[in-house]
Amino acid sequence: MQSSASPSRHRVTGSERVGPYTLLRLERGDLDPGVPGQFFMLEAPGRLLPRPFSLCLAPPGELAFLVDPIGPGTEALCRLRAGDEIAVLGPLGHGYRLDVERPLLVGGGIGIAPLPYLAEQLGGSPPIVLGFRNADYAEAAALLPEAEVVVDPVLVTELIEHGFDVLACGPEPMLHAVAALCPTAQLAWEAPMACGYGACYGCVVEIDGALKRLCLEGPVLDAARVRAHAEAVA
Amino acid sequence: MRILNASGCLDALAAPEVARQLDAFVTKTVTPLPREGSAPPRIAETAHGMLNAIGLANPGRERFLADYLPRLRELRLPLWVSVGGFCAADYAETCSQLAGIEAIELNLSCPNVDEAADSAAEIVAACRAATDLQLYAKLSAAHPDVAEVARAVAAAGADGLSLINTLRGVALDKQLRPVLARGSGGLSGPALKPIALHAVAVCHEATGLPIVGMGGIQAGRDALEFAACGARDVALGTILFADAGAPTRVRAELVAACADAGVANPEDGKGLAKSPETERKVPA
Repeated sequence: MQSSASPSRHRVTGSERVGPYTLLRLERGDLDPGVPGQFFMLEAPGRLLPRPFSLCLAPPGELAFLVDPIGPGTEALCRLRAGDEIAVLGPLGHGYRLDVERPLLVGGGIGIAPLPYLAEQLGGSPPIVLGFRNADYAEAAALLPEAEVVVDPVLVTELIEHGFDVLACGPEPMLHAVAALCPTAQLAWEAPMACGYGACYGCVVEIDGALKRLCLEGPVLDAARVRAHAEAVA
Repeated sequence: MRILNASGCLDALAAPEVARQLDAFVTKTVTPLPREGSAPPRIAETAHGMLNAIGLANPGRERFLADYLPRLRELRLPLWVSVGGFCAADYAETCSQLAGIEAIELNLSCPNVDEAADSAAEIVAACRAATDLQLYAKLSAAHPDVAEVARAVAAAGADGLSLINTLRGVALDKQLRPVLARGSGGLSGPALKPIALHAVAVCHEATGLPIVGMGGIQAGRDALEFAACGARDVALGTILFADAGAPTRVRAELVAACADAGVANPEDGKGLAKSPETERKVPA
């Protein structure tokens, strides 16, 4: 799945605010955009380690990533301007299987990141439901204008109807709730990651009953492969 | 000067194209029994470094020998196997079962497990009796006198030293709780380099043994500094996470770094750094 042994340098073509997030656009160069749900390691300027991001959009000649400024690395990425350059490695890991009959895309918060590219690759305008913690964050739904949007205290899982092939990305509690509702869902998980290619052993998650590296096994996993947290710690 | 990876910082089976850039591949530490490792979160970035608490996750000796080692051999790279345990007999038993590899690195200093009850020298002596393979002792600079430990393992039969392992540290989150599930972890990255250079210099002076220097090497110049302190070879660790092309890049940069420093090659630069313990006269 890995496209290259070494990261390559890519110029920033633009950076725009989407609600509280930043959509960072990079020149695509020779990089393959990969399968939706796969991820890229982006150099965080001034920091030791790169940060993992799923691809949000693949406009012609570009790759775009949605960044939530939650710490020094992501804040540095949000400060990048057109003309700056960063190292990029990817696409990495396993993305969503697209051979589904009745897709329903479910996103929560920054977890909406892979959904625009996923919707585009699926084609046929799949239904999309999104949940955000408040109206400010919900501005990011502009990336998916067709989506049905709810804001806390309404939960996105309340919009999930039976009979769909659910493809979801969002915070852990949301993913566990989706898994409980839809045992066949495909879920994109997140974990702290230093390398993205299996070297650091940092990103383990309990998968199939054992601690395994999310970067190699996922980040998209069938719901049945990850146990609910309450079960896992019991 | 050869470029290796620091043990536990690369999975050659998952990333063979990275391993092939190395002059030798060092495995993750193998313990007698399988270990699942520490619960997540296992890593945290810090200022100029990172903490890890992987907890020696490995398939255990039996599966390593039956399944992993044969697949690693297919890479046709010189192999070093990192051996760990909880007493001298653990280490010696694994050493006795290894053959057809270039060297054994004895992990005598993992910060993420309880330390072996036996001393580094006892473990080296037991392994020396168990194998004819080259034995490198990987030491920690957390010891108040690492040169003394180096002398002891040299006397016990070590053929070389790997310096240094990570140093124990803690990082706190916004709510002032440890980020790592284990609490503490091993600090690696550039923050470690001055400590590693010092350890290499004093152990080189104390033993004259071949040394694989490691700790915060990011560029060719860093590798040359390790040579200047007495290292014969170097290993890359944390930099591999940010730059999977680091071995090739560092090798290329070494040439320019040598020219800048006025030495023909890293070997010519070896030991050029005066012993840091030597007092310098303050100019009047």
